[in-house]
Amino acid sequence: MKLNIVGYYFREAVQSIWRNSWLSMASIGVVAVSLFILGSSLLLVLNVNSMVGALESRVEINVFIKDKTTPAQIKEMEEGLRSMPDISEVRFISKTQALEEMKEKFGDKKEILSGLEEKNPLPDTFRIKTASIEMVQPLAQQIEGLPQVDQVRYGQNVVEKLVAFGRWVRLAGLVAMILFAIAAVFLIATTTRLSVYARRREIGIMKYLGATNWFVRGPFLLEGMLLGFLGSVLAVMVIYFGYFSLVGTIKVSLLFMLTVTDPGLILPVLEGLVALGLIIGAAGSTISMRKFLMV
Amino acid sequence: MIHLYNVTKIYPNGVKALSDVTLSIRKGEFVFLVGPSGAGKTTLVRLIFREELPTRGQVIFNGKNVGRMRMVEVPYLRRRIGMVFQDFRLLPQKTVFENVAFALEVAGSGRRDIRKRVPVILNMVGLAGKAGMYPAQLSGGEQQRVCVARAIVNNPVLIIADEPTGNLDPETSWELMKLLMDINRRGTTVIMATHAWDIVNAMKKRVLALTGGRLIRDEEQGAYCYEA
Ligand SMILES: Nc1ncnc2c1ncn2[C@@H]1O[C@H](COP(=O)(O)OP(=O)(O)O)[C@@H](O)[C@H]1O
Ligand SMILES: [Mg+2]
Repeated sequence: MKLNIVGYYFREAVQSIWRNSWLSMASIGVVAVSLFILGSSLLLVLNVNSMVGALESRVEINVFIKDKTTPAQIKEMEEGLRSMPDISEVRFISKTQALEEMKEKFGDKKEILSGLEEKNPLPDTFRIKTASIEMVQPLAQQIEGLPQVDQVRYGQNVVEKLVAFGRWVRLAGLVAMILFAIAAVFLIATTTRLSVYARRREIGIMKYLGATNWFVRGPFLLEGMLLGFLGSVLAVMVIYFGYFSLVGTIKVSLLFMLTVTDPGLILPVLEGLVALGLIIGAAGSTISMRKFLMV
Repeated sequence: MIHLYNVTKIYPNGVKALSDVTLSIRKGEFVFLVGPSGAGKTTLVRLIFREELPTRGQVIFNGKNVGRMRMVEVPYLRRRIGMVFQDFRLLPQKTVFENVAFALEVAGSGRRDIRKRVPVILNMVGLAGKAGMYPAQLSGGEQQRVCVARAIVNNPVLIIADEPTGNLDPETSWELMKLLMDINRRGTTVIMATHAWDIVNAMKKRVLALTGGRLIRDEEQGAYCYEA
């Protein structure tokens, strides 16, 4: 019996979509565009986050200490740094260690550095890792103010730009998506309103025959949700195939990598898009029916 | 079964369509509702059907105050009342069978139920051979019988026919009356609003006469009016 009604809804909904095929296609298209924008920016944010995460473990703050600082002062300073809550790791590199490291880097040409042992120009250094990448900049500023500190260095540009980029993508994607989603809701409302109008006679008769409001609404609600669903499926397919072919081509470039290829991370995004498509569709048809279906 | 107590209906535009109408209709009755055009017949019917709400007074159907009914109850009230209209109100893109089946679908009946019940009803109204035809292919009388079939397919306790013969010639009108009598004889209450004085006079049924929104006569085995 319930199955019967569902069958009826489907027949009516598909018929209406067919009858207004142009407007239906426009609705599907706009839903697809809005969800495509949302989906791609989500994936981008996902990738930026994973890159930030990867860098997080690598970005260090180098704190160069003034030349005349005594070992006791250094010791005291280290204690102070360790007690800061946002700092996860503190390493002390003495002048000598720093020189050794540099020699290693130079490899065969380390002779260039010979003779520097007597008058080592490198400073004592603290290498600090932070708990999160957002803390790098404020911590660096704070540490720069300490009396024994000569200079503070960190991967300023990369970190700042990446964080800012992630934030920007999130915002722009959200704004664009909201605008398109509103457009999609209203286009679906227009489409379903047309089919409500085309069937106003039938609706009147249904009410005379004792149809519940939900029975009358059913086909229109389903029509809207079907449009939303088709749009979201379109967006999901474009994103899915587009994304993985991009992953393939971009892998060679080291500058920007799409590192997130785990289906366990991507699938929830795509499922979310389909759910959102259904919600957009339902919202659109609900708007179109609101005044029409009062008895 | 139906009671109206001091019912007044004033439309939003200020027209007073019914004023202070009190009446009762028992189960199984056949009642004519007569009066000139604009007398308030359709309005009275709409109040029973909960298409309009009374401005004052109460409309009781089967012990329930129709005017106080919650929106979700209205469909179930309507499934117990079969409506027959002057203009038939059939769906042109559906066949005779589908038009009648629609009433069952709307009420949530299953497919098997529909396949069993619709032919029985079509047979009853004499349209067994026309199940696959479309309304436009039928005569007015046949279309009206489809409308009656659709009205009774859900086994309603009450049939309301609002000027059902208004678009029919005299002969088909009489066939329709026989059909309505038949339905009434099986125990269904029938209320018929009409101008057709010849039919009313010949049937010798209860007559409620409205004029200008007032109930001016209520008599068993009445006539349309004395002068006629
Ligand atoms: N929906 C409406 N809005 C305003 N006035 C109406 C409406 N329906 C009917 N009327 C008025 O109410 C009066 C009674 O109408 P109606 O009940 O249709 O009479 P009848 O069916 O006896 O011809 C008429 O004057 C008519 O113009
Ligand atoms: Mg009327």
